[in-house]
Amino acid sequence: MSSPETFYDVFRQQGISRRSFNKFCSLTAASLGLGPSFAPRIAHAMETKRRTPVIWMNGLECTCCSESFIRSGHPLVSDVVLSMLSLDYSHVLMAAAGHQAEAALEETRTQHAGEYILAVEGNPPLNEDGMFCIVGGRPFLEQLKEMAAGAKAIVAWGSCASNGCVQAAKPNPTQATPIHKVIRDKPIIKVPGCPPIAEVMTGVLTYILTFDRLPPLDRLGRPEMFYGQRIHDKCYRRPHFDAGQFAEEWDDENSRKGYCLYKMGCRGPTTYNACSTVRWNEGVSFPIQSGHGCIGCSEENFWDNGPFYDRLAEVQTPLGVEANADKIGLTAAGVIGAGVAAHAAVSALTRVRNPNSGE
Amino acid sequence: MTVQTPNGFTLDNAGQRIVVDPVTRIEGHLRIEVNVDDSNIIRNAVSTGTMWRGLEVILKGRDPRDAWAFTQRICGVCTGTHALTSVRAVEDALDIQIPENANTIRNLMQLALQVHDHIVHFYHLHALDWVDVVSSLSADPRATSELAQSISAWPKSSPGYFRDLQARLKTFVESGQLGLFRNGYWGHPAYKLPPEANLMAVAHYLEALDFQKEIKKIHTVFGGKNPHPNWLVGGVPCPINVSDTGAVGAINIERLNLVKRIIDESRQFSEQVYLPDLKAIASFYKDWGFGGGLSSQNVLSYGDIPDHANDYSAANLMLPRGAIINGDLSTVHEVDQRDSEEIQEFVSHSWYSYDDENRGLHPWDGVTEPNFDLGPNFKGTKTKIEQLDENAKYSWIKSPRWKGHAMEVGPLARYIIGYAQNNPEFKEPTEKLLSELDLPVSALFSTLGRTAARGLECVWAADKMDYFYNKLISNIRNGDLATANTERWDPSTWPSDVKGVGFTEAPRGALGHWIHIKDGRIENYQAVVPTTWNAGPRDNEGNIGAYEASLLDTPMADPEQPLEILRTIHSFDPCLACSTHVMSPEGEPLSDVKVR
Repeated sequence: MSSPETFYDVFRQQGISRRSFNKFCSLTAASLGLGPSFAPRIAHAMETKRRTPVIWMNGLECTCCSESFIRSGHPLVSDVVLSMLSLDYSHVLMAAAGHQAEAALEETRTQHAGEYILAVEGNPPLNEDGMFCIVGGRPFLEQLKEMAAGAKAIVAWGSCASNGCVQAAKPNPTQATPIHKVIRDKPIIKVPGCPPIAEVMTGVLTYILTFDRLPPLDRLGRPEMFYGQRIHDKCYRRPHFDAGQFAEEWDDENSRKGYCLYKMGCRGPTTYNACSTVRWNEGVSFPIQSGHGCIGCSEENFWDNGPFYDRLAEVQTPLGVEANADKIGLTAAGVIGAGVAAHAAVSALTRVRNPNSGE
Repeated sequence: MTVQTPNGFTLDNAGQRIVVDPVTRIEGHLRIEVNVDDSNIIRNAVSTGTMWRGLEVILKGRDPRDAWAFTQRICGVCTGTHALTSVRAVEDALDIQIPENANTIRNLMQLALQVHDHIVHFYHLHALDWVDVVSSLSADPRATSELAQSISAWPKSSPGYFRDLQARLKTFVESGQLGLFRNGYWGHPAYKLPPEANLMAVAHYLEALDFQKEIKKIHTVFGGKNPHPNWLVGGVPCPINVSDTGAVGAINIERLNLVKRIIDESRQFSEQVYLPDLKAIASFYKDWGFGGGLSSQNVLSYGDIPDHANDYSAANLMLPRGAIINGDLSTVHEVDQRDSEEIQEFVSHSWYSYDDENRGLHPWDGVTEPNFDLGPNFKGTKTKIEQLDENAKYSWIKSPRWKGHAMEVGPLARYIIGYAQNNPEFKEPTEKLLSELDLPVSALFSTLGRTAARGLECVWAADKMDYFYNKLISNIRNGDLATANTERWDPSTWPSDVKGVGFTEAPRGALGHWIHIKDGRIENYQAVVPTTWNAGPRDNEGNIGAYEASLLDTPMADPEQPLEILRTIHSFDPCLACSTHVMSPEGEPLSDVKVR
């Protein structure tokens, strides 16, 4: 058997120069908030490591996490699965099925005990002896526990595995249960979101592979680097919030100007995620940028905190006092009162100009 | 024992039983059991959905304007189509008219889904049923280049390109860590491609993996993210502002340019990679004509892609609408989702209870009470099932029927109906493909036909994206910027008790949502999804469903290696999270589901 393919080999095969490789390592270090001194360590790790086996299991879910994962632009998912890790089991992508698939699972469990990363998409239902989710004739729950026992680390992909998500919304008919409630003796990295951002997913895995350690987690088990701040904290529409400029109705003049969506129910002020910084699909947009408020999909029980279009009752203002949006708007109106009057006139004019609007 | 089904199939469960569980390269959890005779030909087939989440129970009592977000989470693969179906159902119930731009943007998003889903299905979920990855290591890169250049103008086709790729694959295989390709069926006698075609296909597998993420950026532009973009009852959430202050916070020329670039690339990839690959691969499998099942008899499509807003009549829908029964292509029947006698779901072989299981129930009147009863004759234990009993209940999927008929849905159904209607957009590409492969029309009714229809539809959908892009530009140029109608946004403007139905053609086939809104809240919600139609179990009269029918009479080279089963089941593009759902019109809490 020849030497295993490493990250660096991949770069070379793709005709990427040593210089570009070093640049990539510097950028990786920077994007992970690590400073330039970490770049050589990243380069060293990428040049020498054998690929870590990853077992990706699916419980009750909708496969949006797998779909998000394959959207990753940096690294490209083709490089991830060919060169960065060894995806030994994945319902969605693996060639083998049935006995051959089960055998792949068993081989990794026995031959790589303590070495593999278990990535879990979805969650186990506890009602009906677990038989609301059957794999190989057995409850998914059993298979999950078996594979968890030999894993060196466990990643809970998405809100299903982390928090329960939609099938656990009231009345949770199957008793769908987040994985940390059935696996209690292992570190679990929660990567919530419905789904999580692709580059956050590959970023979390790459971090573990590169530094050979788990990322620092907050008290809820989420990587601090991606879930340490609220969407509101870094939202590019934040100045409109602070100025009391809000969209009042769908497709109104304020919406078209990109004003704050807080009054439309935006959950950005209470949602910890990287959407307003990393953004989605290689930085193309994120919900607020495309005109819809955040629904808080990375927060626990977000499905039961609706309706989504009811505004949050209280938010923290820049002055540190609790106030609702109307109060903020009132305060700001004193400063920009003349602007508001002009703005109202423009809105009326636009409505006349666009008789179709609202139809 | 030999059984004749009312829908014309002969079943014999005497021979060796083969179990495939999990079926992989699908969405969700599926189990297939078959019996093979002494010649290893499949004589009986049993399709079992093995998951259940209960989303429609969860929807009860919630705000109808939120329903799209819940139902979108039915499936993250066909992400968007459930949300679109849901907002259409609510708009139907509340009689909300959406602006023309909203219809156009929704179509762009739905078509982007079709293109993406079909490409990912062909290359990442289905190709390995036809393509032997290991064989590609022995290909001659020069000959591979000649093959690639003979079928397409796609630029990534030089000998050096294929040589580099092959070297990468060799390193990968020699590392001993086969990852996704571990325990595959490499060397199986059912693989027919020469090494060069295999190498070309593996190259395109990887290219498609890198390209697919681009297509869904259309969802990200209009819906903020993908998977699971945002939608809106009454229109779309993204405002349009191309000229004025704040344009950068809305749909503007930069956003439109991005959409246009993706459309152009999608058309190019569909025409220069997907379709030529499909033809090349099919040409080596022309004598593998199995897997037709119900397709030559009963097919159903609701139609989709309304040209103009708010008109869901067949004449305004660009994807064909109608039903064909008993193989009579001369008559395409009208379909009415509101008629309680047309679409009904049965549960006699599903893990649910009805008061009278000899009757089917229309979605507006449906009942779901889970009943995980394996019957007296299954083998194994409740939590270690070895063999299911198809004479008892055996699936978490119900059996939907149209006027009592088991139907196949999906791209092949749409193409057969379009063909029967003499719609040139569907008939002409079909005839061209058949003639290029020198195959008769009857060859459509097969596993290969299902796979081919999907490829043709991808090209069609990419072209239609261009049509709707131009329509959006022209509307904006004419000064129409409206994207949402908020007249009935406030629940106080709603009638107290209304019902609605919304439908789409999901990538996998006909999708319908039925909603009952009472006093501003969801009283009742039901989804009947494509994979329910295709993967459902037998009904009370013993009619088998599309998956089961498609597997019959297929020879297996080696029953221990179920490649032929995967090939045919994958041709439907299974989506199991979609298919296993539940509703409870009486509103009884299901949180006290019996735990035995």
